[in-house]
Amino acid sequence: MSMMKNFMGWIDDRYPMTKVWNEHLAQYYAPKNFNFWYFMGSLALLVLVIQIVTGVWLAMSYKPDAELAFGSVEYIMRDVEWGWLIRYLHSTGASAFFVVIYLHMFRGLMYGSYRKPRELLWIIGVIIYLAMMATAFFGYLLPWGQMSYWGAQVIVNLFSAVPVIGPDLGVWVRGDYVISDATLNRFFALHFLLPFILAALVFIHIVALHKVGSNNPDGIEIKKGPKGNRWSDTAPADGIPFHPYYTVKDIAGVAGFLFLFAAVVFFAPEMGGYFIEHPNFEPANPLKTPEHIAPVWYFTPFYAILRAVPSIAGSAFPGVVAMFASILIMFFLPWLDRSPVKSIKYKGMLYKVILWLFVLDFIMLGYLGVKPTTDLYKLTAQIGTIYYFAFFLLMPIYSKIDKTKPVPERVTE
Amino acid sequence: MKKLIVAFLLAAVPMLVMAAGGGAHLDDADIDLGDQASLQRGAKYFVNYCLSCHSAQFQRYNRMARDLGLTEAEVIENLMFTTDKIGDTMKIAMTMEQGTEWFGNPPPDLSVLARARGVDWIYTYLRSFYLDEKRPFGVNNIVFPDVGMPHVLWELQGSQKAVFKLVKDSAGNDVEKFDHFEPVSEGLLSPAEYDQVARDLTAFMSYISEPIQMERKRLGVWVLLFIAVFFVLSYLLKKEYWKDVH
Repeated sequence: MSMMKNFMGWIDDRYPMTKVWNEHLAQYYAPKNFNFWYFMGSLALLVLVIQIVTGVWLAMSYKPDAELAFGSVEYIMRDVEWGWLIRYLHSTGASAFFVVIYLHMFRGLMYGSYRKPRELLWIIGVIIYLAMMATAFFGYLLPWGQMSYWGAQVIVNLFSAVPVIGPDLGVWVRGDYVISDATLNRFFALHFLLPFILAALVFIHIVALHKVGSNNPDGIEIKKGPKGNRWSDTAPADGIPFHPYYTVKDIAGVAGFLFLFAAVVFFAPEMGGYFIEHPNFEPANPLKTPEHIAPVWYFTPFYAILRAVPSIAGSAFPGVVAMFASILIMFFLPWLDRSPVKSIKYKGMLYKVILWLFVLDFIMLGYLGVKPTTDLYKLTAQIGTIYYFAFFLLMPIYSKIDKTKPVPERVTE
Repeated sequence: MKKLIVAFLLAAVPMLVMAAGGGAHLDDADIDLGDQASLQRGAKYFVNYCLSCHSAQFQRYNRMARDLGLTEAEVIENLMFTTDKIGDTMKIAMTMEQGTEWFGNPPPDLSVLARARGVDWIYTYLRSFYLDEKRPFGVNNIVFPDVGMPHVLWELQGSQKAVFKLVKDSAGNDVEKFDHFEPVSEGLLSPAEYDQVARDLTAFMSYISEPIQMERKRLGVWVLLFIAVFFVLSYLLKKEYWKDVH
């Protein structure tokens, strides 16, 4: 034991190992009333690690070359030892990442986790979400199937819709006049780089979280409540040390998540054509446009918004603006909510109904983004788009007139 | 009022058609990848009827031997015509240029076709060739209109003609819709026997589209069992730790 102590002493004199361990785990006091929704943060971190590890191993056998890319993926599926498993973990991981992050963001919406003093924490989160979307977009081109190719073509053409600089911008992004070998090469480079930036952003996100402390389902600041618990006289009374309490709890959450994740990986890796799209088993063919191009499911709500906005003078630019605005508007959320309470638990019926309708609206837009447009679908998407923006823009009004309930002093069970 | 209801119903028709996937009706392939005899027959049909024009450039012969319960000698003897190396993949001698010249389009590689189109599509396709004098090879296909390929299995199936009926489309125009097939000449096999050939071929093509799929599902059961046990233990550990949190 004293050997170990001496060793840790030697380290601590040179690196704040024990200090970091205590500040962020053993003596980081988290509210004791976390519920199901609070698993998502640790699960997102797990999926990021899965993606980076499997991604590095895929890169060992993948060839970012228009002639070889499609075949190299099949080579991984057939000839690389356990390559099929690594590839399915990665393809399923991409979708799982978005599932977990959407639930994580919804948790924030429900419990007001973006409110003061967590505005910056939320903003860093939105930046992480943007980086994730970029990573997923670059990665989706790499299998070089028909949907990879034409999906990328459609999205890069959005940049071409920007007035004046558009066409040059499109060429600059692609490195060519169409999606080509040059595009594949740079997308591979960026797809390899971005996850490490993502990891750095996640680190900053956690540093910001540990500065302000975790929110909880009651939306009560435990740091402002009474002090003193079993472990420390100065710690919040409603807090428990993250380690071991939440580490053991999160392990159980990880096991539950992995069960569902493995069920998809081993029994339905294509997930009915939503996680791996069927047309992507046909090699990219610049001369043959697929009948119906749909982005992967996690982008479809925004794609539906893009298509819902009518073109002006033949330019799809207004739709592009609406699509980017629908994501960027999230940055302003902390200042749009004027409710006197944070958590949905103490908000009134008005806010609850509006929030749940927003969830249904987002799912509906996601569904419409997969479908080919018809007049009826377009009208539905337009109504959905208006509701999406109204949810944010009218929030200062409805959150203020909403009849809230009194918030208790201490966290509840 | 009646008119309005009719108009409303008619407007719903294209949506229903779209909900059905738009294409022709597909029959259930009903394949069994656990049936090695079926896969072996499928391999035999594949190398005899498909592999002269279509490649399966990602499928290795020795992998096939191992997965289908054949010895390498058996494969070399009976199933390998284009190469003498057992570690080779199923390539063909025909070049892209020749394919384009002879068929209009080079015949596509079939390695992962079952994953692109689905097994029901392949099964229906193999059974849906019909006589059509307007086409260069004298046949057309219900699920792949204006297909560039001849009916290579016609000797087995015989030939059939397609009977169309007139239906009204949403705009009220008459359009031809496929109704059923009528046999024109008998093949070497009965219809039921031919369906089995189509099923065997479909099963083999499903196998080559993802050779690991049976093993993946077999392993998956153990992985899920392991995680389930791990979940129970981790949940009990959590409960033990959290006893003193009130």
